[in-house]
Amino acid sequence: MSLAAREARLGWGLVAPALAWTVAFFVLPFLGMLALSFARMDGREVVPALDPGNYLRLATEPQMLGALVNSLQITALVTVLSVLLAYPLAAIIAFRVPRRWQRLALLLAILPFWTSYVVRSYAWLLVLGQNGVLNQALDALGLGPLELAATRAATVIGFVHFFVMLLTLTIYANLVQLPPNYARAAADLGAGPVRAFVHVILPLTLPGVVTGAFLTFVLCIGDYITPQILGGNSELTLPQLIMLQLGRSGNFPFASALSVVLMVIVTLAWAATARWVRLDRI
Amino acid sequence: MKALRPLVWLYLAAAYVFIFLPVAVLVAFSFQDGRLPVPPFRGATVDWYAKVLGDRDLMAAMGNSVLLAVASSAVALVLGFLAAHGLARVRLPGAPVLRLLLIAPMAVSTLILGLGLLQMFSHLGLRPSLMTTGIGHVVLNLPLCFAICFAAMGDQQKSAERAARDLGAGEWQVLTQVSAPMLAPALAAAFFLSVTFSWDEFIIAFLLTRFDVTLPVEIWSMLKSGLSPATNAVGSVVFLVSVVVVVAAEALFLRRRA
Repeated sequence: MSLAAREARLGWGLVAPALAWTVAFFVLPFLGMLALSFARMDGREVVPALDPGNYLRLATEPQMLGALVNSLQITALVTVLSVLLAYPLAAIIAFRVPRRWQRLALLLAILPFWTSYVVRSYAWLLVLGQNGVLNQALDALGLGPLELAATRAATVIGFVHFFVMLLTLTIYANLVQLPPNYARAAADLGAGPVRAFVHVILPLTLPGVVTGAFLTFVLCIGDYITPQILGGNSELTLPQLIMLQLGRSGNFPFASALSVVLMVIVTLAWAATARWVRLDRI
Repeated sequence: MKALRPLVWLYLAAAYVFIFLPVAVLVAFSFQDGRLPVPPFRGATVDWYAKVLGDRDLMAAMGNSVLLAVASSAVALVLGFLAAHGLARVRLPGAPVLRLLLIAPMAVSTLILGLGLLQMFSHLGLRPSLMTTGIGHVVLNLPLCFAICFAAMGDQQKSAERAARDLGAGEWQVLTQVSAPMLAPALAAAFFLSVTFSWDEFIIAFLLTRFDVTLPVEIWSMLKSGLSPATNAVGSVVFLVSVVVVVAAEALFLRRRA
């Protein structure tokens, strides 16, 4: 056997286990889900078919379409808010906090990232609930109670809290990589701080921002826990609708169709940002 | 610009308050001497911790979570490391596609991963268990382990591996005695990150376990019975464990690098 052929065989041998796992437990289940999304329900029985009915149902029933719209609105709002709040925080840590404190400042800014995901939403419920910390504080100040629990606002707050931490991390990593000379050069050439930021710093940090925003989008639109705990049943999101289909009616074909739609949305988001997002470089 | 300076520190302070508010409330009211984890604070007690640590279901769930996190992360790390080594060392046809395929599950919501596996397993007649959840968690963490290992494989290491091969080392010896030790910090980082993700993962575990549930699933069922300082206590314990793992990983990572 030639050296090249032996090399190739070795390479395939090393990649094979991971590849086999990914195909068996990621690609195949997804193809199965795709097939199932065209099946029909006959009572509680799944009947294999090539029926676009599940997709039509999503497109035509107001409750289903509403869930899709809610998910997209919440995700868009959360992504924008998180970027807007995280950027200044990352910039302050990178440029204003003295060098020796930066690592600590960053570590603190993302520490609650490690609270359990289910518990984090529960903790926000304690803050935002009717008798929660926020309302009792407002009461002490003589201000009226805010009805936040079981609203979209609570869902958004819970999400933004999590993603501000994630984005602060990705944007900070980008900012500290910038050579300080660039900002100085812009200043020497007569740019004020605002112009230097808009024309020099911002474009250079765009890849980090977009990568973080993409991750935010993906994780937010697919999340079940946060809207379920904080949003209550005031409105449904797509993942909540999927879980409802699984639990109450056991309608796996419809749940599959909804999941395929979710997957398509994520793929579209990836296609739109692929210029900047390098998943293989995270 | 001078006028902006206080605003900068005000923003920083407000951000930290926002970030720490839920955690502070969670931990503070885990010591609540009363039935409800909301103000007013009625005095401190550790009764809830005693109750939680004495709860058999919770402790069993915690054991399951630890087992699941360690085992699935170990499998994901080995698979990811081997694949990264193969793709970094050997020029394979279609390598970019392979890389994308191995990374892809990272961009897919865990709900979809879990639902797909649930349907496949029930089609095959496999019962939901800790094992099936473990399979799902390997899918979840493999991209991360692969990406971290792949990014860490530099040229310096390539020459060390070639030198070992020239000196007569077999491929297995190169892997275990040269590549893995040189990559130890990256391997440790990938492993600990995977452990924290798996330890905290809810939806795959919820869909793919029935009796041997994990801690997040057990906490979820606690939530359904309403607010209680016991939930705060469990949450605080989970937080503490995660922070210890992260800080240990960070310390290990830093020490090795220094």
